[in-house]
Amino acid sequence: MWKQIEGSRAVAETVAMCRPQVICAYPITPQTHIVEGLGEMVKSGALAGCEFLNVESEFGALSVAIGASAAGARAYTATASQGLLFMAEAVYNAAGLGLPIVMTIGNRAIGAPINIWNDHSDSMSMRDSGWIQLHAENNQEAADLHIQAFRLAEELSCPVMVCMDGFILTHAYDRIDVPLQHQVDAWLPPFEPRQMLDPAAPVSIGAMVGPEAFSEVRYLAHHKQLRALERIPEISREFGEAFGRESGGLLRPYRIEGADTIVVALGSVNGTIQEAVDELRSDNVAIGSISICSFRPFPLDAVGSALSGAKRVVVIDKSLAPGLGGMLATDVQMAVSSGRQRVYTVIAGLGGRPITKASLLTLFHQARADALENVTFLDLNWDIVNRQLARELATRRSGPAAENILKDLGTLSSRVI
Amino acid sequence: MAFCRISDRPIRLREPVAQPDALIIQDPTLLHQASLFDGLRIPNGYVLINSARKLDELGIGSYLRELPLDHVVTAPATELALRYVGRPLPNSTLLGAFAAMTGELRLESVLAAIRQKFAGKIGEANAVAAQAAYDLISQSQAREEIHVEAD
Repeated sequence: MWKQIEGSRAVAETVAMCRPQVICAYPITPQTHIVEGLGEMVKSGALAGCEFLNVESEFGALSVAIGASAAGARAYTATASQGLLFMAEAVYNAAGLGLPIVMTIGNRAIGAPINIWNDHSDSMSMRDSGWIQLHAENNQEAADLHIQAFRLAEELSCPVMVCMDGFILTHAYDRIDVPLQHQVDAWLPPFEPRQMLDPAAPVSIGAMVGPEAFSEVRYLAHHKQLRALERIPEISREFGEAFGRESGGLLRPYRIEGADTIVVALGSVNGTIQEAVDELRSDNVAIGSISICSFRPFPLDAVGSALSGAKRVVVIDKSLAPGLGGMLATDVQMAVSSGRQRVYTVIAGLGGRPITKASLLTLFHQARADALENVTFLDLNWDIVNRQLARELATRRSGPAAENILKDLGTLSSRVI
Repeated sequence: MAFCRISDRPIRLREPVAQPDALIIQDPTLLHQASLFDGLRIPNGYVLINSARKLDELGIGSYLRELPLDHVVTAPATELALRYVGRPLPNSTLLGAFAAMTGELRLESVLAAIRQKFAGKIGEANAVAAQAAYDLISQSQAREEIHVEAD
């Protein structure tokens, strides 16, 4: 059913149609509208058979989801940024225990400095927790991925994060084909737990495991992700057959035929990249792009084969691994390990810095001339950086960097017409 | 700041709008504090300002002289909202005025969207306010056209 609807609302309505039985919520920007929407639906009775718990923290939220899932309930929560960090211990536990919780991440930067805007630092920080991580390119996909996430999570007994860019997607109003209840009911079977705390058939969940078997239990977590690598494209195909549109999958190539340069990215920035690719293609520039939906498991073979014809790869990373470069770029490098192709890392869009088509066009031209550094910071204002470095050189007690920079910017940006 | 794109094909571009075709200024006190008009499309852009005062009274009449007369409009959106909604929230009145000024949106679509977003009395009050702003701008533009023809 077509609706002009906020991304968060579309996700809330879609999650509700997945008939979650327990939702635990602790508000944090920019995901708050999602759990607010679900809270309203539980209160009004539109979402029946669901317990909505307001908890005292994110740690509480995921801990409640763990308990609910272990008791055999379909459990859902959402968070972002510092909230995800605060639940970190439970994030690892949910995966280690094999509990198929679905959690939305409204991707947001991590402080300090505190920043409420979008980048991928938060979900990246939980990259190795054992959760499956799917990234939505647009709000249609954000909604659709939740239906696929419950199916995937419950089949494999593995939790799934659906990552959607904070504000850029969560707060954007778009035209979305919101699925109908009977469609979701027909496609998503009821949750049949592999393990369950059931007084009639008692088990304990969460045993301590020593050196004699810890590696084997951990290997099984890896094995589960490899299984997901097979199931994600199949589930996406089955979803497409039932709902009549393409959503999810491991990755989505865009105009890569004959491309000497291929751009790789996660999430909503792929839309802007595709606009830039179209413009360059109309000037006969051989460029294409790949949107990676499944970041964990990382589709090494599929990425490697999609990139096999390119001379160079430009990876747009919306998070920074200080001291190294970009996390997505590191994984892409592993996928093209033959060494024939240059992989350029571009750090972009940190803390909500807009990634503009104009900047991308300049960047892609530089890449095609092989005039990029191994790690490039898109649209970095070097004057600001250099002035701060100069202050630090001039005096020992130069003060807090973020405050200095804001002071510096403030004096330069107050303009009066 | 918020951005809106209107297109007949899927909107993929995720960057902020830096060169607007139309600018809606909700708070006229910003006029002299920030470079609001940077990037505005000249000569075909539109500017809608929430104010009961005329452009010259706001001190920006000369600044926007490059735009056609009927592309620069002030609308008493807060006053209309206070009258019809009872709160100083000019959003729906500005949408009504925008529809009248540009013709990009049909009034019926604006009213339907308002009623879809806000149920019951609140939606109705906002729809009435949007209609009032639409009528006000349509009438004043019609008067200006007559005025221009007479010149």
